[in-house]
Amino acid sequence: MATSEAPVEVRLRDGVPVIDLAGDVNRSAEEALDSAWAQATADAPEAVVLNFAGTGYINSTGIALIVGLLAKARASGIEMRAFGLSPHYREIFEITRLADFLAINPDEESAVRGAGGSADA
Amino acid sequence: MTGLSRTVRRRLRRAPTEESLATSAPATPADEAPPIDIAPNDPLLAYLQSASGAVDVEALELDSAALVELKAAGVKLAVPLVSQGELIGVLNLGPRLSEQEYSSDDRKLLDNLAAQAAPALRVGQLVREQQAEAATRQRFEQELEVAKLIQQNFLPKQLPELSGWQVAAYYRPAREVGGDFYDVIPLPDGQIGFVVGDVTDKGVPAALVMAATRSVLRASAQRLVEPGEVLERVNEHLCPDMPEKMFVTCLYGVLTPETGHFRFANAGHDLPYVKTASGSEELRARGMPLGLMPGMPYEEKETVLAPGDSLLLHSDGVVEAHDPDGNMFSFPRLKQCVADYPGGGELIDRVLDDLHAHTGPGAEQEDDITMVTLQRSHGAAHVGNGSVPEGLLGEFDVPSAEGNERLAIERVSEAVAPLALTEARLNRLKTAVGEATMNAMEHGSEYRADRPVKVRVLVGDGLVRVQISDLGGGPSGGEREAPDLEAKLEGLQRPRGWGLFLIESMVDEVRESSDGGRHTLELALRLNGGHDGDE
Repeated sequence: MATSEAPVEVRLRDGVPVIDLAGDVNRSAEEALDSAWAQATADAPEAVVLNFAGTGYINSTGIALIVGLLAKARASGIEMRAFGLSPHYREIFEITRLADFLAINPDEESAVRGAGGSADA
Repeated sequence: MTGLSRTVRRRLRRAPTEESLATSAPATPADEAPPIDIAPNDPLLAYLQSASGAVDVEALELDSAALVELKAAGVKLAVPLVSQGELIGVLNLGPRLSEQEYSSDDRKLLDNLAAQAAPALRVGQLVREQQAEAATRQRFEQELEVAKLIQQNFLPKQLPELSGWQVAAYYRPAREVGGDFYDVIPLPDGQIGFVVGDVTDKGVPAALVMAATRSVLRASAQRLVEPGEVLERVNEHLCPDMPEKMFVTCLYGVLTPETGHFRFANAGHDLPYVKTASGSEELRARGMPLGLMPGMPYEEKETVLAPGDSLLLHSDGVVEAHDPDGNMFSFPRLKQCVADYPGGGELIDRVLDDLHAHTGPGAEQEDDITMVTLQRSHGAAHVGNGSVPEGLLGEFDVPSAEGNERLAIERVSEAVAPLALTEARLNRLKTAVGEATMNAMEHGSEYRADRPVKVRVLVGDGLVRVQISDLGGGPSGGEREAPDLEAKLEGLQRPRGWGLFLIESMVDEVRESSDGGRHTLELALRLNGGHDGDE
């Protein structure tokens, strides 16, 4: 069974880089996620926001990828935030304690605002 | 040596005194003299065996009874018939009709004759021996066939269909048919008698005793109510006519289907196992095997089979089956099978699978194997406002290839659809199934196309259970270390290693078992209640 490769895109919202994940967050997403991270952090932002609204499936390999990003973020002093997680994956982020290291917001608005973004920026 | 002795005895004939080689008169049956026996330890045998040609009997001096007999019979020359170094007969000649001594030409002629005749005679002997062996073998096979026929004729032709119960039976005789038997006897008032027994010995004698036991038991069961009394009566009937060194072990129980009461007595037979919600246990009742001693009492016990409980009656062919190293399958292992596996026909199938894995491929079955299972239905799983019949919801294979855990997730979701799980609960099951399938494909099947992962979905006892099996044989690899996020963020642990942790966090119970090359992870999720997090 083919896995759908996640077309990961990066955009700026109110000055905050937002990574839009889509499709499955599993082994197939690794490359796209790494290059998106490189792109999002090229200008050394204070924070990066992960948008999970377009994803339907995150497996343990996907969790490991996010742990990898979080490790890079911490090493560079970048704050990480997330939104768009379904209740199920929110629970998984809590069980794995990912939620202790990245703020989970209910929507993009609050995530960007929490990351210091401003509409005036 | 006895073989040689037999051969020699068959070939030696008392030589008629008036006959000699020179006459070459054909011998008629009337001319044949009775054979002379040469005892196996007679020194004449060794002498003839090593003689280089015709032996002058009169000149021979040996402490040999056979030699005395030969001399008394007037034998002058004994020509050993030796084929491939083995003495297979002796040609005995009386005096020449001309009353002259045998010339050296005569002796040469005789030696040549012996050299030609011996191999021909040996071929004849071998043919005759083989014919005798074939006849013996055929008689033996016919006897086995007869034993098999007797036994099969006395096994139930069909099993009763009881509302709320599943009855299944398996019987397979060993090549040398043993004395196993089972029976299911409809009794007055809707009760059912169950019998499993084993006659010592094999073949026709065992089959006949089995037939007699079964008939007496059937007749007694109709007249008497209590299982202990029935076995007492059967024992009284069997004792007077039981052949020496034979006896019968037998378990007899009476089921009341409406209530689940099972009253039983045991005449020295292997203890049955009952599976309840809390595991498996033996059903014990004391009693001597049948046919050994008259006047024996048989203890009677009772158990109640609750909905979902099951019972296994079995013969020693299961527990005493050996693996190639000589280890028995054993009672503890069978008990564990009963605890681990579903009951009914499936229990029989699973035990047979385990048994075959234990004995190894191509092993000949040592003894008869008999199993009878009795399972009380759960009724139905209550789901929301409706109910779903308990049992197997789905069973399928997932080819081992990266990403195929999604296939397993989809199929399990379809299978559990009738259970109407809440979304949160279904999502947890899906994540656990995905992770377990990934582990099985990666660590167990090593992503090999010829090693698909087997998935079974069952419902019962208020649980939905998903069994995920691979052919890796061992426990799931790799992820024994509990994941510690901080250590991972510090680079002290690798980022991966979340699979088993997720599985254990998602479902109510995880059971791992390894058996005969098959490794299974069972995920159990309660249909109602349990931790629901955000529900």
